[in-house]
Amino acid sequence: MNELPEATFQQQVLQLAQGQDVPDWLNSLRLAGAREWREAAWPGRRTELWKYTPLAALRKHRFQQACGTLPVWPRDLPLQVDAIRLVFVNGVFDAAASSPAHSAVVRFSAADAEQQALIARHLGHVATTTRHLFASLSNALVADGVLVHVAKDQALDKPVHIVHVAVPQAEPVVVNPRVLVVLESHSQMELIEQFVSDSQVQNSFVNSLTEIHCGAGAQLRHYRVNLEQEQLLHVGGVHVDLWRDAHYRGFTLAEGSVLKRIDYQINHQAAGASAVLDGIYLPRNQQLLDYHTNVEHKAPHCTTSETFRGIVADEARAVFNGRIHIHPQAQKTLAELNNRTLLTSDRAEIDTKPELEIYADDVKCAHGATVSQLDTTAQFYLRSRGLSETQARSMLSFGFINELLQGIEQPAVREHLHAHLQRLFAESLPVTVTAP
Amino acid sequence: MKQAASMLEIRNLSARVEGNDILRQLTLSIRPGEVHAIMGPNGAGKSTLGNVLAGRPGYEVTGGEVLFQGKDLLAMEIEERAREGVFLAFQYPVEIPGVSNMEFLKAAVDARRRHRGESELSSFDFMKLARDAAKRVSLDQAFLKRGVNEGFSGGEKKRNEIMQMMLLEPSLCILDETDSGLDIDALQVVAAGVNAMRDGQRSFIVVTHYQRLLDYIVPDHVHVLAAGRIARSGGKELALELEAKGYSWLEDEGV
Repeated sequence: MNELPEATFQQQVLQLAQGQDVPDWLNSLRLAGAREWREAAWPGRRTELWKYTPLAALRKHRFQQACGTLPVWPRDLPLQVDAIRLVFVNGVFDAAASSPAHSAVVRFSAADAEQQALIARHLGHVATTTRHLFASLSNALVADGVLVHVAKDQALDKPVHIVHVAVPQAEPVVVNPRVLVVLESHSQMELIEQFVSDSQVQNSFVNSLTEIHCGAGAQLRHYRVNLEQEQLLHVGGVHVDLWRDAHYRGFTLAEGSVLKRIDYQINHQAAGASAVLDGIYLPRNQQLLDYHTNVEHKAPHCTTSETFRGIVADEARAVFNGRIHIHPQAQKTLAELNNRTLLTSDRAEIDTKPELEIYADDVKCAHGATVSQLDTTAQFYLRSRGLSETQARSMLSFGFINELLQGIEQPAVREHLHAHLQRLFAESLPVTVTAP
Repeated sequence: MKQAASMLEIRNLSARVEGNDILRQLTLSIRPGEVHAIMGPNGAGKSTLGNVLAGRPGYEVTGGEVLFQGKDLLAMEIEERAREGVFLAFQYPVEIPGVSNMEFLKAAVDARRRHRGESELSSFDFMKLARDAAKRVSLDQAFLKRGVNEGFSGGEKKRNEIMQMMLLEPSLCILDETDSGLDIDALQVVAAGVNAMRDGQRSFIVVTHYQRLLDYIVPDHVHVLAAGRIARSGGKELALELEAKGYSWLEDEGV
């Protein structure tokens, strides 16, 4: 199909808002989002935030609104974990695959007056549309979503596990998953977001946005795993506000696709907040995977530790842009950002750019980025002990990211990813045939 | 088990590295159970010999042949040589962060066992075996869980090599300057490990720059390698003679 002119995509996708069945109290956010989206300049090659990530793939489809009926999907896709689970298939809630209602979790469409007020207070307020064009689209199209709310001083005894399944449809669809997490002061919980597809053939565009409010002293462990395959288009954002002494521990892992862009926006809003974010990116074939992180230190005595590692195979392309912005008032900041990429083929590509912008004078900051290839000496060493070339390459690839995998506190997530990645590395590497 | 008449037969082996001819028609014959020491000045090709036998990329064989237990060694892939029973203890063992020593060792032992038609070991059985091997080379058990050679001292790396050798039970062990950088205690541990593996069948090529190691691993034959070929062969007393005289006499003899 021919590509649509750019303006047409920008306008056409907005038309989807018209057919939606939406509660009135979301209207002002939708209208503001629509206005921003419509008026925004469409990113091109000279737009710094999108320089290495062309959006042409979005223009190849004429998207429809996802229909309300539940598609058939393979039930073994969600990772196995004892959790409060919500499953959405192409954005449609699957009650049968989800756990029974829980007081801490409600869908927007089922929210009571008090919950509606809570949603209205935070939704679209944690997320910023500055630097995040697609957050305005998410606002424009928001209809349903998930509110996770943990009251003051409470700790959820189980993780919340939100699964987004993609399956191919007759017509390409836009799915707009929206999650709002409100942690009152000194509460704590664990959130697992899992994006998965049933096959390589996909035709949806997933524009996901997760907003997290961590009140004073609140603690969140957050896992976000994007394993959708090849043809799925995904633009996703995680926006986090950290208030006094709040702690955010994030882990993100993604495989690539035709277009996959994931943004983390972390705001240290009050003194003493801390954030740790580990990320792994694994594009292969001809996939594209782009991680942009932006941490705003707006208050003193906050800390950030960010570690991203990626393995780029075949003819895939990865982008990593990690920005840490330290405002004048953010004295005594401790911030470090480290990015390492392993290219396993001559045609793999990474564009990496750590950015520190420091406007305070009493801070400790470090950043670094390295790009390397599979070590031939290490390959020889492993093979000289009897391991096949495939085994050796797989083991070395695994070793490159293993430290971050081992850092995952939630055993179910760690084991799921461990097994998944061992399969992935084994199958994606060239098979050598040894003579009998 | 049938005893092969020959462990290793190297005939007129020539090899080059980065365009430089290093081995020049080297010929050497090793029978089962024998320990051969290869000595010689820097640049004589000592390490090249071990690397060529193990199949290291970048070491180009330009002539000659090598038969290992009657099979054409040079036709085999790197891993095939290992599975057939050739083991090279590295002069500089490689650090591989993120890959646990245990996982690596089990994969290696399983590969060797599968090749011999044996079943893979259970994790439990392997742990037992590995713990025992670690003890025999005086390596703390904690090293099994660490990344392969990650942060190991020089001596710990060499002991890790010997531990791998014990677990893989090769037929031909090539020790490439295993004594370099070892203090006397570590040297004795390594030598004891090697000696414990001498069973009358297994053969050893001990590449070393110094005679010192041969006080502990007593060779049956000593060869002096110079300019890519064996300049002189003898018994263990040759090593002592070299220690006393150095290598300058090689030039005098016009080798």
